[in-house]
Amino acid sequence: MTHAGDPSAAADEAGKILQRIGLELAFATPGQEASAITLDDLFVSLLVALPDSAPAPLVAGVTAAAERLVTVAGGVVRPSADALAMLAAWHPWCEEAIAAWAGGRPVPEWRSAPAVGGDTPPPAQPVAPPPAPVPVVVPAPAPPPSVASPPMAPSPVAAGPMALPDLPELSVDVLPGDADADLLHLFCAEAQDLLREIEQGVLVLEADPTDAGQINTLFRAFHTFKGNAGVMKLAVLQQFTHELESLLDSARRGSLALGRDGIGVILAGADVLEKFVAELAAQVAGSRPPAPLSLPIPAVIEATRRVMEAPAAPAPQPAPPVVAPSVAIPQTAAKAPPPTPPASSHTPTVPAAPLPPVAKSPTVTAPAGPLPTAPLPVAAVVPRAQPSRVEPVAVAPSPARGGPARSAAGAIVRVDTHKLDSLIDLVGELVIAQSMVVQHPDLVASGDAHLSRAVGQLRGITSDLRRTAMALRMVPIRATFQKMARLIRDLAVQQDKEIQLVLEGEETELDRTVVDDLSDPLVHMIRNSADHGIESPAEREAAGKPRSGTITLQAFHQGGYIVIRIRDDGRGLSPERIRRKAEERGIIPPGATLDRREILELIFAPGFSTAETVTDLSGRGVGMDVVRRTITGLRGKIEIDSAVGTGTTFTLSVPLTLAIIEGLLVGVAGERYVIPTLSVRESFRLQPGMVTTLQGRGEMVTVHGRLVPLLRLRTRLGLGGDAPDVAGVVVVVEAGADSRCLLVDDLIGKQEVVIKDLGELFRDRTDFAGAAILGDGRVGLILDVAALVQLRGRQGEAAA
Amino acid sequence: MATTEPTVPASGLPAAAPGKYLTFTLGDESYGITVLAVREIIRLCPITPVASMPAHVKGVINLRGKVIPVVDLRTRFGLPPRIDDDRTCVIVTELATATGGSRLHGVIVDRVDEVAAFVGADIEPTPDFGGAIDVRFITGMAKAADRVTALVDLASIAAAELPGATSESHPTR
Repeated sequence: MTHAGDPSAAADEAGKILQRIGLELAFATPGQEASAITLDDLFVSLLVALPDSAPAPLVAGVTAAAERLVTVAGGVVRPSADALAMLAAWHPWCEEAIAAWAGGRPVPEWRSAPAVGGDTPPPAQPVAPPPAPVPVVVPAPAPPPSVASPPMAPSPVAAGPMALPDLPELSVDVLPGDADADLLHLFCAEAQDLLREIEQGVLVLEADPTDAGQINTLFRAFHTFKGNAGVMKLAVLQQFTHELESLLDSARRGSLALGRDGIGVILAGADVLEKFVAELAAQVAGSRPPAPLSLPIPAVIEATRRVMEAPAAPAPQPAPPVVAPSVAIPQTAAKAPPPTPPASSHTPTVPAAPLPPVAKSPTVTAPAGPLPTAPLPVAAVVPRAQPSRVEPVAVAPSPARGGPARSAAGAIVRVDTHKLDSLIDLVGELVIAQSMVVQHPDLVASGDAHLSRAVGQLRGITSDLRRTAMALRMVPIRATFQKMARLIRDLAVQQDKEIQLVLEGEETELDRTVVDDLSDPLVHMIRNSADHGIESPAEREAAGKPRSGTITLQAFHQGGYIVIRIRDDGRGLSPERIRRKAEERGIIPPGATLDRREILELIFAPGFSTAETVTDLSGRGVGMDVVRRTITGLRGKIEIDSAVGTGTTFTLSVPLTLAIIEGLLVGVAGERYVIPTLSVRESFRLQPGMVTTLQGRGEMVTVHGRLVPLLRLRTRLGLGGDAPDVAGVVVVVEAGADSRCLLVDDLIGKQEVVIKDLGELFRDRTDFAGAAILGDGRVGLILDVAALVQLRGRQGEAAA
Repeated sequence: MATTEPTVPASGLPAAAPGKYLTFTLGDESYGITVLAVREIIRLCPITPVASMPAHVKGVINLRGKVIPVVDLRTRFGLPPRIDDDRTCVIVTELATATGGSRLHGVIVDRVDEVAAFVGADIEPTPDFGGAIDVRFITGMAKAADRVTALVDLASIAAAELPGATSESHPTR
């Protein structure tokens, strides 16, 4: 309905779709599902193809026919003979109507028996979970008895009047029998994009359930998904998407107001799809054996129908952030719970009971639908406009509110990541070969002006080429941030807190491989902020803060690093409590002298948890140490700052790319090693008298008044040989809160190096993070500073 | 090399298949590997040692931008060391990895000889030396042109190299 094109083009398109409808009608058999799905699909396409400017009688006629198809089929798309007869009569009318429209003549009205509406079976009577008779995909409607079923609740059900109905899960074959792996791969990639779009759309819709543009965007996303699923012969998925699409279609046409139930159902549906797609992707990639997957499809379908059958109510007033969802979203962590007998499934995950008594927030709107709207806490996403940091990128069109969002995707090509990686490898080699040529002594000595100009040009082009190639790997961090938006929303609901998420710098780009690895640490930290940081609304009010807490997620570039900052305005970390806890847990000896920063750093220690009570979200004592390990693994670092009462800020700095680092080249016993510059604090020449020994072995150097253990790289790396005449150079490196003085023979220089994997043969050689090819073509090893710093025990032996 | 291995019945590997083998020399002995695994043969180039690896893992080299490990077969088979000369070279092999990909390995040998075709009748099973000699990686002995060539399974050598593989004690240098 957003096409604004001229009527004749639109009519032409509509005509083509109608032709296909005619073809389908000719072959349709009553009671057959397959034809109904296709028909319905075509009707939806037809409706989409009709612009706003289309004549009202035409739109009404098409809508009526489409509704009749859906209604008669009763949701389980299986057209009756009746409906088919009606459509047979409708088709010629529609042909004429479209012709009239294109010719500018008045369009005749469509008259037929009124659609049967509203007298479909009541929701209490469970409509049979979808239908065994989809021949290809559903193996059996009953859960396979062989699967061991741990006592795991199926989809978590949350507070609120609406919950997912108790229905057994459906076991679905993931891999369609004869599909082409490449096609499936493409399908997964596109499906993931669509699901992201859907999730983002739903979050926007939550703030304003009447946003017609957003409903349209969502509808189109589901519609495309359904179409793709159909092409891949994923019949169950197609039918499932169809249900959700119908719901959105009703909302789009205004016959249904999307309340919190509706939005909850859409999110639950999107989760099911996401799970399926993730599993499909894994099975296509071969990382998981082909096996059926159990999904709460019947429950979601049933819930969708209940929402659809709820009598239409006046649309809620679009008031700012309200409408909380009532359906807790099945956590992706609860990996495909096996089919559970319907009896045991009603397990609220939230202390749901006393919802209404929570102080009535003045922002509550008119109830959506007949369901009582409890003043649930709410997470609102506020993307803040960023003043000119990075120009908007073409990748992943953000669902523009109300506009035709998908058209922005214009010039994007999907490229196999393997091709991309090998291109980047080749460029890396070219850069090295180029520098070997340019630095060749013969060339330097030749003094030929033409030659040196040509070489200069070569150098310029190579460096441009490298920059461009690296840019290919860069993607905006937007998708990751959006995941966090969803997470915060769920956390807020589960925890009865009001949390606002402010996103800044979503368009900041970083290496694709880094993005993937950043996601888990961010989830951990966001959970920590929401769980431990942000207080309950009552607590906040008592402390004189606004009821609603704010978590700010910010990204920006700084040097060769992307900096991600997570700031909350919660209660902050109490150094006294951290110290007490660390002492209780034996992480530090009682009464140890630590400065404030060192105390805060203790939360990264393994086995540390500040939560007074263990919740299911965080506070299990794992988490922050894992976060730090992951970040260190990415050659990044994490810093923490906190003030009691005003909040906590975590700052992550991670190199923009894993492919290149800036390194300090050092010489040790004739070999060259690379130390990542990020870890280097300072370096100085070792002067006599700087080294203090302990028990004749443990060596230490005083750096800024603190004793730092000295590690002789020559000994540590087993290089032996005679000690150099000069005393050597001390490089002070740090990883986390620990630091070490590395003793090397000399500093050679600073250099950007392309990191190469050392391979599985050297997997256990933790002293090295990788290898790099140096200017002369030889391999230099990159030192793993974190590993060197943590080797407390071996340091003594090494220095012996 | 310490040969205190428990007796391995000849080698636990399937017998060598007839086919084409690249033969090379270590000392006075002739060895062969299947040509299918050979990617190229390069001259010996500067090797960057990696600390605390077994003595026969010489380190890594730069093969046109790729970093690949090199193993000295002489040391691996417990032969006395020898000064490298201009015939010393590195056979670059491509071996499948457990994860389904493939990885390049370099093998230092004294001299590369030829590509020989061995038929089934040429190949005999490896004699059992009663554990006195490590024959874990020898899949058969091929007799042709009045010479006996030991057929080596490089994949199992590479596998035994991996961290965690049961192997003899790795001497650190």
